[in-house]
This record gives sequence, C-alpha cells and structure tokens, in this order.
Amino acid sequence: MTTARAINFVQALGSALDEAMAADERVILLGEDIGDDQGGGVFKITKGLSAKYGRNRVRSTPISEQAIIGAAVGAAISGMRPVAEIMLMNFVTVAMDQIVNHAAKLRYMSGGQTHVPLVIRTTTGSGVGFGGQHSDMLEAWFAHVPGLRVVMASTPADAKGLLLSAIEDEDPVIMIENILAYGQTGPAPEPGFRVPLGKAAIARPGTDVSVVAYGRAVVDALAVAERLAGEGISIEVIDLRTIAPFDEATVFASVVKTRRAVVVHEAVRAYGTGAEVSARLHEELFDTLAAPVGRVGSNFSPVPFSSPLEKAWIYSQDQIADAIRATLKPSSRRRLP
Amino acid sequence: MLEADTKPDVATLKEIYRRTALINRSDARFRALLTQGKLAIIYYPVRGQEVLAAAMMTALRSDDYLVTTYRGLHDQLAKGVPSKLLWAECTGRATGSCKGKGGPMHITHPASGVMVTTGVVGSGLPIANGLALASQNRGDGRVTVVSFGDGAANIGAFHEAMNMAQLWKLPVIFLCQNNRYGEHTSYAAHTAAKSIVDRAAGYGMRGVKTNGNDASAMYAAAKEAVDRARAGEGPTLIEAMSYRMLGHFFGADFGYVPKELLATAADQDPVPALRNSLLALQVAESELAAIDAAAELEIDEAVEYAFASPFPALDELKSDVWATESAS
Repeated sequence: MTTARAINFVQALGSALDEAMAADERVILLGEDIGDDQGGGVFKITKGLSAKYGRNRVRSTPISEQAIIGAAVGAAISGMRPVAEIMLMNFVTVAMDQIVNHAAKLRYMSGGQTHVPLVIRTTTGSGVGFGGQHSDMLEAWFAHVPGLRVVMASTPADAKGLLLSAIEDEDPVIMIENILAYGQTGPAPEPGFRVPLGKAAIARPGTDVSVVAYGRAVVDALAVAERLAGEGISIEVIDLRTIAPFDEATVFASVVKTRRAVVVHEAVRAYGTGAEVSARLHEELFDTLAAPVGRVGSNFSPVPFSSPLEKAWIYSQDQIADAIRATLKPSSRRRLP
Repeated sequence: MLEADTKPDVATLKEIYRRTALINRSDARFRALLTQGKLAIIYYPVRGQEVLAAAMMTALRSDDYLVTTYRGLHDQLAKGVPSKLLWAECTGRATGSCKGKGGPMHITHPASGVMVTTGVVGSGLPIANGLALASQNRGDGRVTVVSFGDGAANIGAFHEAMNMAQLWKLPVIFLCQNNRYGEHTSYAAHTAAKSIVDRAAGYGMRGVKTNGNDASAMYAAAKEAVDRARAGEGPTLIEAMSYRMLGHFFGADFGYVPKELLATAADQDPVPALRNSLLALQVAESELAAIDAAAELEIDEAVEYAFASPFPALDELKSDVWATESAS
C-alpha cells in the first residue's frame, strides 16, 4: 500500500488535493491565504493549486470563517465538493453555527433531499508556542454532533488516503491536522490509496494491553510500546484514524484479546474522546476487562505559552507508560464477587 | 435598464396575485387550525408580507435557488413548494417534503429551488453565497435569493456574506424583508442606522430600497436585480419595506406594537391593494374570485392530504444522519 519514496504531511495533503481537483471538477477549495497570490497557504499545502486550477476553484477568502463554511455548505448542497480550510482549529468557533446547525443537519432536516459533501481541513496542536487560542484539540465537540465525521491521520500516507476518502464522501468530514507533524515523513502511498472512513488501523500488534490513540498520540504510543517491550509488555497500538464515529469492531476485537485498554489523546482528558471509548468498553466488555480502562489526556487548562509550561501541559510518554502499567497491576483488577 | 423592462405587465401582476392569494389564505388557514386546536406547531405568521415574496419569486426562474427562514411560508409557496408537501411537512407526516423530519422551520424542496430554510437568524446569507458560487463556477445561469428580516442585518453572518458576495460578484440577491421588528424588538430599538440598504454602499454593493407592499415596485426591483445577477453583474441588497401585521409567532403577545403602526400596516395592506389595482386594470372580479377559490381548494386538498397521511415510521429516526447508516 505504500512505496519506498518518502513524503511529508504537507506533500501528502497537497497531492491529495491536487489529485482530487484533477479527477473531479466539482472539487473546489476555500480558505484564507490559500491562493498562490497569497503564498499558497500559511503551511504551503495549497501551493500551486490556484495557478493550476484557477481562482474560481481555489477561492482565497477574506478572514470570514462563517462566510467560508457557509459558502462551502451552499456549494455542497448545490452539488460541488468543497474543501474548506480553517487556518487553525480554534477559529472553527467562529463558524460553529454553519458547521453544527447546517452542515451536520441539512441531510436529516431535509429528509435526505439535500446533503453536504464538505470537507473542513484544519490544523492545531500544542508545542508551537502559539498560546491559548491557536493550539486546542476540539475534536470532541464535533464528535458529539450527529452528522459529522472527524478524522485525523498519524502518517502522511494515511493523511492522503483519509483526505481523498473524505472528499469522496457524501457527508461532512472534519479533518484535523497537526502543525508539528507537517514536516514528519513517511512512506508515500501507492496511487489510488484510500483510508476508508470509520476504519481504525492496528499500528502495532500486541497481546497484553491495547492503546487506542489518534494523531500525534499514535506516535507517542508507538514509542512507549517500544520502550515497554523491553519490560516484557506487549502493546497493541490502535490508530483510530476516524475519531468519530469510531471503529468499535476493531477496538473491541483488540480489547477482547488483551483485556486491557488505555486511551490517549492530546485533547484535555475531561469529557474527551477517551471518555466515550472508555465508556463503551466498560458497557460492552465489562466482564472481559481485567482492569479499568485508562485515560491519558492533557492538562485541564488552556494551553500555556511559556515553553516549560507548554511542555508540561501535554500528556507525557511517562504518563502513557504509567497508565499501561496500572492496567497490569493486580490491585487494578476488579474484585470478583 | 429601461423601466419598461422591469415593470410588470397585467399577466405578471395576475401571477403575483395568484401567489399572493395562496400565501394569504394559507397563512390564514394555519392560524385558523392553530386557533381551533387542530394543529399544535410553532408558527411564524407572514400576514402583511405576502406581496413582496410573490413579486420576488415571480421574477425568478423555477430552477433559481431560494434560501429562507423560519418566517418563510410566503417565500416557500411563492417559489413553488407544492401545498400538499408543505402542509404534510408542517404536520409532521411521512409524506411531507422532508418526510416530517424538518418541520415548519426547515422546509426544503430542491425541485422548486427551496434549498434551505434555516431557523437561525442570518445563517442563510453565507449559504446563499455558496449556492451562487456553485452557479458561477458551473455557468448554469441560476440566481440565488436569500430572504431575511431587518433583525438579521445585525448579526455577523450578514457582514461576512455581503462582503464575500460583492468581492466575488456572486449571482445572489439579499432580500431584506424589513417588517419593522426583529422578534419582539422594534427597528428603532435594534438599529441606529436609518436604513438597512445604506449598508450596501459599505460593501461596494448595489442597494435598492423599495416598497415591498407595492407589487409593481417590488417586482421591478426584483426583476432588475435578477437580470443583473444573471448577467454576471453581481449581487444586490434589496430592502423591501413591509409590515408584520401580527406577532412574532402565532399566539405571541404583540401588544408592544404601537396601535398607530398597526393602523398604518392595515391601511397599507398589500393584498387588497394588489387586488384593487388589478380591478383598476380591468381584470374582472370573477377572474380574481376564481384565483381566490383555486387557492382555497388547493389548501383544502393539502390540509386533507396532510391529516390523512401517516406519521413517519420510527426507523426514520436513524436514517438520513449520513448517506450510509453509521454506528454512532
């Protein structure tokens, strides 16, 4: 599925957009600074696309998130396949009405007469020194809305495959990217590669504890798995890829095997994706679980600016390792009646 | 553009009257059934705003797009949503335009160009830009109209959408139906500016203020805006002056509306005014009576159809969230 050639996230995402636009005239892009006249996007992902496909298909917009998403919704119900870029995830707050009240609900409220094949690409992540309003992981907000899908890739190949699947999907998909990962490289996918929506991947097979993660947390979970292998603990790392609705079948099958699970994400822990995954595991596999499901997330505060504080804000690999070990301690076993 | 190009002829005025009569009588029927307790829905009356919608939509092609709001019965009927589908939707029936899943605040009927009815003030404007953008890219010649009230001119979406529409010269018409109230707050209490239309200049956009209660003036303003949009000359903000003759929603107290204002509204009631102007143009009373009767018959049949229709099967609860059913 992948090739020997290496690409990074910027190249993966850019080539996905390029291929989608070449294959389908209905694919259009909207977003701030995305045109070549504006430098091809702040992260250069759309570089060259306006020159290639014209300004009508690559619409560099004013700083108007409501108007961007609203226009994308309208174009989508009229049969286009818009990919709207919200420069940083915190700015989706400005467009929440269009996303939550309209993009997510028009199919249902119209009884299926209209639908919104829209992709919203956005990026975020701590560790860049952007402070409290440019760093948040807000996936749980969207995961809670019927009608929205939320995806996030941990490898460049998956980023390309997920974005192409999202563009080809008939319903709105929010794709979260990570600023720090843009330069991360990995094997390039073969032409035609797709990551189906709703399908998780086993990033590392193992037998003792399942670690469920997405985005950069997958990279951290893999590092921890490698470390714990030295302690004789075999970790299975599941990369959700689609955060919502998540692939219950893959997660449950893994936990049936390992009987232990830890969920890890960069978003703050409280009310996060981990709570949902954990709750479902307890509901469905209570008798199978050998220990309560662990949850690892970031500190319940805004993302701070000062570098030591920001580094301390995000979960650590040590916390992941501790959470894994906790599921293996005899004391964590449920007491049998 | 010459006035002769946009002034409605008698046939056009009769068509506007046909739509007006249907709106006026449908609105009355909704209120009657609500009063009788035969219907229990939230209903936003359109009494007083019939003619402006009828004239606007008569200036459109049937495949042109409309985005409207919860106070949208006049727009939807004028644009051509079949009465049966509309009534069945408003009564929550499986035979409704949206299978009963949208309701009166979300009437959708793409076959007649009604793409979105939103329950959120001002949200239709950005969406209308997207419909217009799609038409612009495809070159399909369609025009998009988005209706909203004077109250919606004060929400941020208005500003973002107006700027973007003019920037890209989109084939969109912003139809501000100024009925002098935003929910329960009077124009003077929610807007310091004298006119909404003056804002057009701030976006470099063409703006036209017209008497929405005058069928000829409203049609002329609408037709010119439509022709310009279709010709690629960009958007227009139309401020159509009218009156909301009843409360914000059916049953709502509107004792706060000054008696003088209600008297002026009654005095300028657009429905008898249009009827009288047609009589003055030598249209026979019998012809207008026949139009009225046809409207009543259409409503009778629609109401009967709606109440005889089944409610949606409970499996509809889970369908249409996504294209393919997906575990949540």
